[in-house]
Order: sequence, then C-alpha cells, then structure tokens
Amino acid sequence: MSTTTSNESRSRGKAPAGERLADWADGRLGIYSLAKANLRKIFPDHWSFMLGEVCLYSFIIIILTGVYLTLFFHPSMNEVEYHGSYVPLQGQLMSEAYRSTLNISFDVRGGLLIRQIHHWAALVFLGGMFVHMMRVFFTGAFRKPREINWLFGFLLFVLGMFTGFTGYSLPDDLLSGTGIRFMEGAILSVPIVGTYISFFLFGGEFPGHDFVARFYSIHILLLPGIMLGLVVGHLILVFYHKHTQFAGPGRKNTNVVGMPLMPVYMAKAGGFFFLVFGVIAAIAAIASINPIWTMGPYRPDQVSTGAQPDWYMGFAEGLIRAMPGWEINFWGHTLVLGVFIPLVLFGVVLMVIAAYPFLEAWVTGDKREHHILDRPRNAPTRTAFGVAWITVYMVGLIGGGNDLIATHFHLSINAVTWFVRIAFFVGPVIAFIVTKRICLGLQRRDRDKVLHGRESGIIKRLPHGEFIEVHEPLSQEQMYTLTAHEQYKPVEIGPTVDENGVERKVKGSEKLRAKLSKAYYGEDSQIPKPTVEEYREITSGHGHH
Amino acid sequence: MSSHDISEENLPEQRGAAQGAVRLADEKNPFADPGLPPHEHRRQDVDERAAKRSERVVALLFTVSMLATIAFIAAYVTIPVDKAIYVFPLGHISALNFALGLTLGTALFTIGAGAVHWARTLMSDVELVDERHPIEASPETRAKVHADFQQGAKDSQLGRRKLIRTTMFGALALVPLSGVVLLRDLGTLPGTKLRHTLWSKGKLLVNMNTNQPLRPSDIAVGSLTFAKPEGLEEKSEEFQDEIAKAALMIVRLQPEDIKDKRELEWSHEGIVAYSKICTHVGCPISLYEQQTHHVLCPCHQSTFDLSDGARVIFGPAGHPLPQLRIGVNDEGYLEALGDFEEPVGPAFWERG
Amino acid sequence: MKKLSARRRHPLAAVVVLLLALAATGGLYAAFAPAGRAQADDSAQSLTIEEGKKLYEVGCASCHGTGGQGTSDGPSLVGVGAAAVDFQVGTGRMPAQQPGAQVQKKPNIYSQAEIDQLAAYVASLGAGPSVPTKQQYDPAGADVARGGELFRTNCTQCHAFKGVGGALTKGKFAPDLKDVSAKHIYEAMQTGPQNMPSFPDTTLTEQNKKDIIAYVKAINSDQTVSQGGLELGGLGPVSEGLFAWVFGLGALIVVAVWVAARTAKAKKS
Repeated sequence: MSTTTSNESRSRGKAPAGERLADWADGRLGIYSLAKANLRKIFPDHWSFMLGEVCLYSFIIIILTGVYLTLFFHPSMNEVEYHGSYVPLQGQLMSEAYRSTLNISFDVRGGLLIRQIHHWAALVFLGGMFVHMMRVFFTGAFRKPREINWLFGFLLFVLGMFTGFTGYSLPDDLLSGTGIRFMEGAILSVPIVGTYISFFLFGGEFPGHDFVARFYSIHILLLPGIMLGLVVGHLILVFYHKHTQFAGPGRKNTNVVGMPLMPVYMAKAGGFFFLVFGVIAAIAAIASINPIWTMGPYRPDQVSTGAQPDWYMGFAEGLIRAMPGWEINFWGHTLVLGVFIPLVLFGVVLMVIAAYPFLEAWVTGDKREHHILDRPRNAPTRTAFGVAWITVYMVGLIGGGNDLIATHFHLSINAVTWFVRIAFFVGPVIAFIVTKRICLGLQRRDRDKVLHGRESGIIKRLPHGEFIEVHEPLSQEQMYTLTAHEQYKPVEIGPTVDENGVERKVKGSEKLRAKLSKAYYGEDSQIPKPTVEEYREITSGHGHH
Repeated sequence: MSSHDISEENLPEQRGAAQGAVRLADEKNPFADPGLPPHEHRRQDVDERAAKRSERVVALLFTVSMLATIAFIAAYVTIPVDKAIYVFPLGHISALNFALGLTLGTALFTIGAGAVHWARTLMSDVELVDERHPIEASPETRAKVHADFQQGAKDSQLGRRKLIRTTMFGALALVPLSGVVLLRDLGTLPGTKLRHTLWSKGKLLVNMNTNQPLRPSDIAVGSLTFAKPEGLEEKSEEFQDEIAKAALMIVRLQPEDIKDKRELEWSHEGIVAYSKICTHVGCPISLYEQQTHHVLCPCHQSTFDLSDGARVIFGPAGHPLPQLRIGVNDEGYLEALGDFEEPVGPAFWERG
Repeated sequence: MKKLSARRRHPLAAVVVLLLALAATGGLYAAFAPAGRAQADDSAQSLTIEEGKKLYEVGCASCHGTGGQGTSDGPSLVGVGAAAVDFQVGTGRMPAQQPGAQVQKKPNIYSQAEIDQLAAYVASLGAGPSVPTKQQYDPAGADVARGGELFRTNCTQCHAFKGVGGALTKGKFAPDLKDVSAKHIYEAMQTGPQNMPSFPDTTLTEQNKKDIIAYVKAINSDQTVSQGGLELGGLGPVSEGLFAWVFGLGALIVVAVWVAARTAKAKKS
C-alpha cells in the first residue's frame, strides 16, 4: 500500500496512487466499511495483553520455518546407510527421515538455524499459550461474552501440544522414538479398542514403516490447518468483542481506553512481531535444541536415561511416572489401570480448567457482559482454584523430570516419586487455602489503604511525646481504582414454603449452587470493600490514623 | 444454565455507565470515578530536540537492521557449513549457525525496536476512548430473525413432510460411514501378533555386540549382555518390528541368590534371560544394578527384581518381565527352549 | 539511614528484601557447603607406607578384612583383580569416605606407584582382570560410529545419550563420563564397579571397548563441538524447556513490558 505520490499524477489532478488503489479495492471488497470500524480501533496498553501476541507471532514463525524444513525433510522410514558429514554416525543404518534431518542440520547452510528456530518457537508458543491462558483466567477475562473465545484458546493449546508431539517424533531419533513407543503403550492400555487403534495407527506392529509419513501429514497439514482456522476465529472475536481493560479512572464497562490501531498499535504490534522473531532467532543462535545426532537413530531395543518429552507433555509424563502399577485381569482381559488412569487424568485435568468459566457463570448466575478485568485478589476463590490447578500441573512437571531432579539435587528417585504421589493430592489443597488467605489479606490491605491512606514510613513525634506513622491519603484516582470492583452476594435458596403454606421442592442443583455461592462470596471469602460512610466517619473527625 | 431464578438484587451493582456519571457529579463521594486524567506531554512533545533525538535513534535502529542483513548474507556466503569456533561461554559451536542466528536476530529485533520506539516517542500518546456496544442484538432484531427463521422453516415444509425429514437425516447419518470404512486398511488386525516373538525352541542367543552366539562361559556373574535370536539381521526389513519384541537381557546370578523357583528352573547355571521390553509401556528396560539385582526402567522408573522372578518392586509397571526359558545345545551354545510363555511388552486388553 | 526508613514502605520494598534474602541464602550455602567436603579430605593423609600389603592394612583392611575376605562393611576382594583396584583407588572412590547410597569419586590420594602396589597385592589374593595396557584402551584408530551403536545398546540406559549420567534407584546414580580417562572407562567396563554391571571381553570385546571409548571421547569432552550452541547440560527436553521458559518467555515478557509501558512524561517543575 504505497502512499507515494508522483508529481505527474498530481499535476493531472488525480488522487494519489495509494488512494486510487484503495478505491479500486473498495469497489470490489468493500474495505472502507471494514476499515471504518477498525482502522482507529482502540487497544488498551498493558504488558499482559501482549502475551497472546507472543503466541500468534511464534505460531507464524513456526509456519514460516516449518515450510522451509519441508523442502528438505523426507518423511520416509526406509532404512538407509549414513554417509554424510557427521563422523560419529558414519555407516550407521537409519531411516531416511533421520538422515534428512541430519542433512538439514549439517549440510544445508542455515538449516540448523531454521530447525532450531522452529523448535524453540514451538516451546515458546506453548509456553506463551499457557501464560496467556493463565492471564485470562486470573483476570476473569473469560466471562461473558468471551466464553467461546476461551474455548478456542483452550483448543489451540491442546492442539498445539499434539502438533508439537507429532513434530518432535518426525526425525525418528532414539529419544522421540522412545516417546512414540510410550504412546503406543498408552494406546494399548485403552480398553476394548486399544490394540486395534494401535495397529491402525502404526500400519501393523510397532514401529512398522508408516508412522513417520502419517505423523508428517498430521503435523504439517491436519493439525496446523485446524489451528490456523481457530487462530483466525480467535482474532476475529478479539476484534469483535474489543479488548478488556483493567479498572481505572475513566475506564468503564461500556468503553475501552487506549491507543488507536493506526498508527500506534500497527507500529507496536507489528514491531513486536519482529521483536519476538528476533529474540527467538538469537536464542536459536545461542542455545542448542534437540541435537538429534547425539541421540542416534531409533531402534526399539535401545534407550537412554533422561528420556523426557518436550515440556508441554511433561505433566502427562509425570502422571505416568507417579502412578502405581495397577493391573486387573478378568475373563481373559486386562485392564491396564497403571497406564489408563494417567491417560484419563491427563484429559480430566485439562478439561477442568476449560470448563471452569461455565461453572463460575452458573454459580454467579450473572448474565451481564464483563469488560473490566478483575484483579486476582478480588476473586479469591477463582484465584485460589487457578493456583491449585497450576500446582497440580507443576507437580506433574516435577514428576516428569523426577530422574533429573534426583541426580541434580542428590535425592532418591523413589523419594521424588513418592513426593509427587502425595503432592498431587495435598499440593492443590494447600495451594488453594494459602492463596485464598493471601487474597483476603491483600483485600484487607486495599481496604486499609483506602480508609487510612498509604503508610509512608515517616515517623513523627507529636508534641506530647507520642510517635505516629504518617499516612498519606490516596488520590481519588487510586481510591476509585481500589474500590471499582464488584462484590457478589451469595445466592439464597429462598423460602421453601410459599405464602399459602405449600412446600416448594428445592432441587439438588439449587442447593449445590447455594452452597458453592456461599463458598465463593460468603463472609469468609471476601472482605467487604469500604463504603463511603465508613470513609467519612474515619476522615471527618476522630482518629488520625 | 438456568439462572433466571436468581433475582437481580443478588447481583452486585454495576459501576460505571449511568451510575458513574451521577457519581462524577457528586463531589462528596470520595470513591467516584474522576474520569480520564488529563493528558501529559512527553519530552518529545514539547522539546523538538528530544524528538529529533528519537528520530535519529529510530533511524539508527533501522540502519543497524540493514547492516545486519548484509552481514547475514556475507556470513552465509563466506563461512563453511562445517566450521566450528570457540565462543565463550557457549563452547565449541558451529560458526555458521552462530553468525546467521545473531545477524538474523539483530536484523529482526532492530526493526521491531525501531518501530516500537517510534510509536512510543513520536506517535501521539493521547489516550482515546471507544464506546462499546452490547454484543446482544436488540429485541427488534431478535424478533425479526426468529420470524424469518420460522417463515423459512414453514416454507420448507420440513416439519410437515415427516418422510422427507426422516430419510434425509438417515442419509446424512449413513454417508460418513464410507469414510470410516475406508480407514480399515490403515493397518493389519492384531491377531496373535503381540503374543509371539521370533524366539522358538533351538534358536541360539546371539550377542548384540559381537553378533556371535553366546556360551554360558561367556557370561560372568555381575555382567550384563543383550541378545537377539539367531538369524535376525540388522539389515533385514523386519528387524525393527521383531527386535521390538525379541530383545533379550541376560544376566548371571549365583544360583543360590535366585529366590523364585520357576526362575531357577528356567535358568541355566544361574544365567537368566528376560525380555528387555518393559511391561509398562515398552521402553527397553536395562538399568541393571548388579549388586541389588534390580533393573530400572529409564522412562518411568518401574523397578523389577531379577533375583525374584522379575517381580515389580516399584513404579507403574503392572506385571513382571517375561522370562525366556534357556538351555544349552549339543555344541555348548545357549539356546532358547521355546518362545516367551506370555506376551512381552506393554499390557493390552486381550492380554488376559 | 533516614532515606532507608522512608523507603521501607515503598511498594517495591518487598521485592528488594526478597532478592537480598535470596542472595544471602545462596551466598551462605556457597560459603558453607563445600567446607564440609574439604574437611574430610585429609583424614587419610598420613598414608605413606610403600608396600601394597601395608598400604592395604592401613587403608582397606578395616572394611575389606585383613586378608581381603570382606566384612559386613565391604565386599570380598578375592578375585576382583588389579583392574578393579586401579579403577577404585585411581578415581578416588576407595578408600570410601562415608556411608551413603553410593561411593563417589573424589581426589585420589595415592600415587600411581602406590596404586600399583595395592593392585598387585589384591591381584595376589585371587585371579581377576589385570590393569589394561595403553594398547588395549587407547581409542586412536577405533571406529567411532560403531562405538556409538555399542554405546546406545549397552551404556546410554544409565549414562544417557551424551554420557552425562542419570539416576538409578534409591539415590544411586550413573556418573558423568566427562574427564574420565580412557583407562578408567575401560576398567569400569571390565570390572563393573559398585552397581554397574561388568562387560567382560567375552561379551564386549577389546575392540568394542575401544570403539566405545572413542565415541565417549568424541561426544563428551571439552573439545566436543555442539553445533547448535549451548548444550544446556546435554540433558534433553527438561533443560530445553526450562531455558525456553526463563530466557525465551522471560525475555519476551521483558520486551512486552517495554512495548506496553507509557513513555516518560516531561517533568513539570
């Protein structure tokens, strides 16, 4: 979209070339109506609002570098002998997939860099999605009208995990092959259909000659295609809903305050793409990732200790490692609970966080739109729940790295595993209680700040000898910000007997909701925010602090 | 999600909107929304020299980017792909990867830094306000859409002509089945493939390292040896599939250390042969501790006691490692006395 | 001081205190942790007796028995051979210092001559593998790639792809193979120290061992080229994931803070 104007066209009294091009496009695409609403669209400034962009940009980087890698990668499991430039593998038998990955790393100039950018960007992509999701969770940005977008984001995270896993398996090296072997074992554990699924997936017995080619089409076509669609949908909804914002002076539920897309956010967001790409490229220059040549080609009878998946699968790995070996045999069948339970738990843990917004909406019964974000402290139960969930996730991650934790901290691997087993149940409970208490403490602090002002640390001696600490009153902006949040009242079941003395049936779900609502918004779960009357009483007369 | 039974008074009062405007007027309310703070100027807005400085910084960043791209191309052309250099503290690394990565990273980063610096220091930083509009349609629109839909449904006569409706849904439900059926040839059926390995009576135990058949005297107490069935060559088509089941781990214990009766029976002079494939999810288990006779799986830490029938003593595995019954043939070589009596590797539904 | 107390209530004060506390704990740990180890080092320093038996009686007999027959504290040395002594004493594992899951390597306190004398004495108790000659263990000219295959079959399950070691049961571990001499690697394979199984010549030939040593030296030494950059400990996805979070996401969040922050305002004074 060039906006340069040639003198010639000016002299003939025509519009500038850019404008004419835009007119031409508008006549066919109707871009002006689209631009009218969006060109000066307002985006609020906050660093945590950029986390989603980290994901978007690393996704784009992954696609760009991935396309480059497909130009050199051969998704084939034909056995070949290696005669490339990496000496410690000379003459070894390996699959064509592994050999072509070695060639990308050692013989294609810049191939190693692109491979490393691709893999680092994948780790950052998943990490970015995790952090972005937690930001949305803890600020309550998932509330109406954004529940569907929350689900889109969640799906992107889950699909990202599987896209990453299939990609990590493509080079057919010993580490990823071990991961595939694990996957086969996990599929076999599925009751009734497991064996069949495994044989269909691998084209027969494990490892067979098919899975690299099949994973290849899943990794480069099927999953990224779905993800691209979801990303577009996610972005359209972000535009349509307009961005949420934190409470503050002038920021209301009915407006959005910030900087316009054109030019500020075009420059900031566009620039941020280059910043993300630059950082990831620099990391790929500095740090090695997945050096498949040290791992050797896959053979089902070889293995290395320290066999872990990439981090985003680490929590599933931890569940598998910590599970006791339960197995039930009956009527000629085997129920492999030792593998199947972690497999189910993996899904359950993820589903719990995905379903949370709907639970909260049901408990509050709130059907209004929410565009002002909560500070995590002002939603103690939600925050505590989120921290408990993260604790479960982290315990899983610890379990996934139990061997490295054992060697690096001089612990017994059995002790680490037992810690994980216990912490999986105890950890989230403790995390929930502690977080809730911290939130309430912070709410009290906010309340004190509003009512008494900020503790300045300056000690003054009064004429009669008393020492006091000077409290600085807050500005009106600060006071508004600290009292802007809403506080729900717990839902009551209401009278069970109507005025005519007829008993009304109370449904179980109603009772449950009343109970949950009390847990969420009862006396023990939130500190009433200061009222104007309280403030007046304190500031008007008696009491200097 | 029936929540209409929650009365509105339980919901918190919403601040902002109408109320906010009222509160703004109420001077006595200390918590009222004071409205957007007035815009304050940046140095660059009031001092043209500062603005000029910002402009130069942005231009400098863009120039650095251009130079970095030129450096990238130069590095690509001049540095051999296999050249290694020592860079503190990274160690010995590929010169090309390092040079390309840093120049590319710089070229990209400086574009971004320039654009952001430009946006932050020179573009207007006056906060603007956009009003939101409810996502929900107005009642009129809602009524219109509902009416349109009903009219359309009525015109189609779908509700009246039950036969059309039923057969259409039937056809739509059946047609995807073709796609499912087409998936059948993705793989062979399991059959009894998971129950059998290449081992059979008389097959010699061939040392993985030397490709020679093993004799009992080769195997010392405390040593660890891996074996494959005679006739299975690395270059053969089926090697991967077969070794995935047939891989064998051979250790020698003092016969008096063997606690399990069957294990002793199936051993030869204290030499025991176990499947190398973990019964949990199939990792090649082989972290053998020769003093404790425990063998640990490096993937998920299932631990088996090789002196006690490979019983599971820790971790997620559900049953012992299958043992291969071995003996010695006429020429003094170790041989298998049959296949494994139970399926090797991970458990599955039909295992029983 | 006045300034300090005035800032005591600053919103960032808690962060500063936390950082100081972290630094202090780390510093204290660094100051005290190695001291414990250093103290014990000189416990066996008075060993100057020249002959193997005398050396043995002083340094080894208390655990392994006066005739090498073994006690409840240490295994019998009859038949372990000179190679085992050369490895155990040469890497400083013996004499053992303290009970624990595993005897660890430490600075060796014997001269090579003394070790040879000890080895000769233990070898005289019963036949066992002798100390390998340079010709046996020298990896020059060995087949590195073949060594890699053998390494992945026999060694990686405990020592990991890069030979950096890994965990065993109950606090035991397989050590890092970096800086272990070719002779000691050879002896370890030959004799199977502690819980490591042995790989005698009958199942892993001399040439096999040389190939393995050549591979270990190729992939896990100071001269090893890590083409992609920092090795991150050669530990695989766990350290990579940690690096991606700390330096990848960490750096990007710092950048995001800069992008979203408001530019400093002109002072109105």
